[in-house]
Amino acid sequence: MYRNSNALGESAWVRWSLIAVSLAFLSLLLLTPLAAVFYEAFRKGWAAYIQAISEPDALAAVRLTLVTAAIAVPANVLFGLAAAWAIAKFDFPGRSLLTSLISLPFTVSPVISGLIFILLFGARGWLGPWLSSHGLRVVYAPPGIVLATIFVTFPFVAQELIPLMQEQGDEEEQAALTLGASGWQTFRLVTLPNVKWALLYGVILCNARAMGEFGAVSVVSGHVRGQTNTIPLHVEILYNEYNFSAAFAVASLLSFIALITLAVKSIAERKTRTEMEAVRKVDERVP
Amino acid sequence: MKIHLSGVNKSFGDFVALRDIELTIDDGELVALLGPSGSGKTTLLRLIAGLERPDPIPGCRIEFDGVDVTHTSVRERRVGFVFQHYALFRHMTVFDNIAFGLRVRPRRLRPSKQEIAAKVNELLDLVQLKGLAHRYPNQLSGGQRQRVALARALAVEPNVLLLDEPFGALDAKVRQDLRRWLRRLHDEIHITSVFVTHDQEEALEVADRVVVMNKGAIEQIGTPDEVFHQPASEFVMRFLGNVNIFHGRIRSGKAFFGEFILDPIGRNGFPSGERDARLLVRPENVELYRDDPGYPAFRARVQRIQLAGPYVKIELLTPVGESLHAFLPHARFQEMRFIENEPVYVTFRDPKVFVDGQAPLAGVHAERAQGEPEASEAPYSHAGV
Repeated sequence: MYRNSNALGESAWVRWSLIAVSLAFLSLLLLTPLAAVFYEAFRKGWAAYIQAISEPDALAAVRLTLVTAAIAVPANVLFGLAAAWAIAKFDFPGRSLLTSLISLPFTVSPVISGLIFILLFGARGWLGPWLSSHGLRVVYAPPGIVLATIFVTFPFVAQELIPLMQEQGDEEEQAALTLGASGWQTFRLVTLPNVKWALLYGVILCNARAMGEFGAVSVVSGHVRGQTNTIPLHVEILYNEYNFSAAFAVASLLSFIALITLAVKSIAERKTRTEMEAVRKVDERVP
Repeated sequence: MKIHLSGVNKSFGDFVALRDIELTIDDGELVALLGPSGSGKTTLLRLIAGLERPDPIPGCRIEFDGVDVTHTSVRERRVGFVFQHYALFRHMTVFDNIAFGLRVRPRRLRPSKQEIAAKVNELLDLVQLKGLAHRYPNQLSGGQRQRVALARALAVEPNVLLLDEPFGALDAKVRQDLRRWLRRLHDEIHITSVFVTHDQEEALEVADRVVVMNKGAIEQIGTPDEVFHQPASEFVMRFLGNVNIFHGRIRSGKAFFGEFILDPIGRNGFPSGERDARLLVRPENVELYRDDPGYPAFRARVQRIQLAGPYVKIELLTPVGESLHAFLPHARFQEMRFIENEPVYVTFRDPKVFVDGQAPLAGVHAERAQGEPEASEAPYSHAGV
């Protein structure tokens, strides 16, 4: 930490009180709850903790969460790469519309996102009758949870990649083509390595949200224990049953994911910044 | 590899970037596409590379050695393309950059690891970058990056080498060294090469032939000597080198530019009737005399003398108060020792008269005959060098 200049001329006590206020705020709203989660989780000891997270319904919730993330994250990586590629490297009609549509899930309440799927696939929804006549269940079943999760998390990867790819332009890809590389080789050897850290950053945020999503998933899940509960839903059920230590034990799993995410994120963020700076450095017109 | 283009047009939406391009580049030639920005020179280069597609108009054809490549993809054309900002792969070392084109070949055509290494080292030698093989692009200077880009393009043994503003992003000194080096390299490897530039000096110094472009069309194709000394149009003369420009009129077979009256030389004469015309003279073709040279000349006054540089630059003031530039060799100036404010006699060597839509007309000083209109009657103005 250093100060850019003395021009603002704030006296020491102003600076320190600003720092103190921010720290107090952070502790109150972020650190204390996090500590409380772990405290409550372990209050009844290791045995109770292990028991709470290895109970069949909890394991089923963990499994469903992992499966959901394992489908949603790769799906959004593919979508994100395709959309970022299209937006950054081509000019086509509807380009700016696509750009704003990508961030739509961020602006819509997750509950609404869930309801959309009920309206589409529910028993009285548009596609509901057709689906049930073919014996397919989407809402109140894992497919609905996966769909809602994909919808809620799809901006993450694309939004990380678009600015970087726009900055990098497409001259390197053109150079690869003139050197005889195929489209796939160009993507694998030139495009992907140039955005790998931004991609990782997007994947991590996407994954964290996929595992932690509550609202949209809650609407489409139906809360069938052992079948359509994800970790966040399971935590809610335990809590509503006044089973606090079990609720916090399962919640601590999500908190671990959050901490790991934070660590990887800060590394990826730094590397992404280096990628960005590398672009500017190479493009500088220096002799 | 001989390149031939005919009937090539290219537009981007409503903007016409190229119209009716007709161009032949001979095997082993080094050709410059020269023009101001927006003249279509880079688009033409990208069309040759296959990075752009010409407008699908009947009769449009791009040929390499007589083979139609109009619809051949950039991959299959085997061109070496050096981008203006080099487009080096930023996450690869110099070695990997140069080896890229060999490594992406299909397995049966791909050289062995040892062969690739040998080829890359040979190219590093050629571009004088031995020892930098393991650097990354952002650890290189602009000139070094340029040479890596060149080596990378040459690694695939291309049919033609295409360079987009190869020296554009470099500072003046590096640029000069590099363009001489490029010329020597071309003399060594004799690959058909085309480069784009907006710098006339660069084009004239490096190229075997120069293609001068303006507003999407080719104005003139010729050797540096031809385009400089026998410009096909007013644009070419103005774009290449310095010029003094006088605005005047053609009337009854003579050209009037204020004090200055020209008789036509050559068979064609000046167009009949009254026409607006421009007189263009290069400053190095302006001759100054202290005493009456004994043949038609006009008077002017020395205003400013600038001694620095390859020429002595003299700014003169004509009797109607317009300025005119003359570039004198230092030896001649030493002989004459003009001083500021001195009245002198001025004659023009090789003045060229341009009338809209016509090839340049040559003229020679005419004596003013009795009853000729007064100088001040003719519209007269002047644009500087």
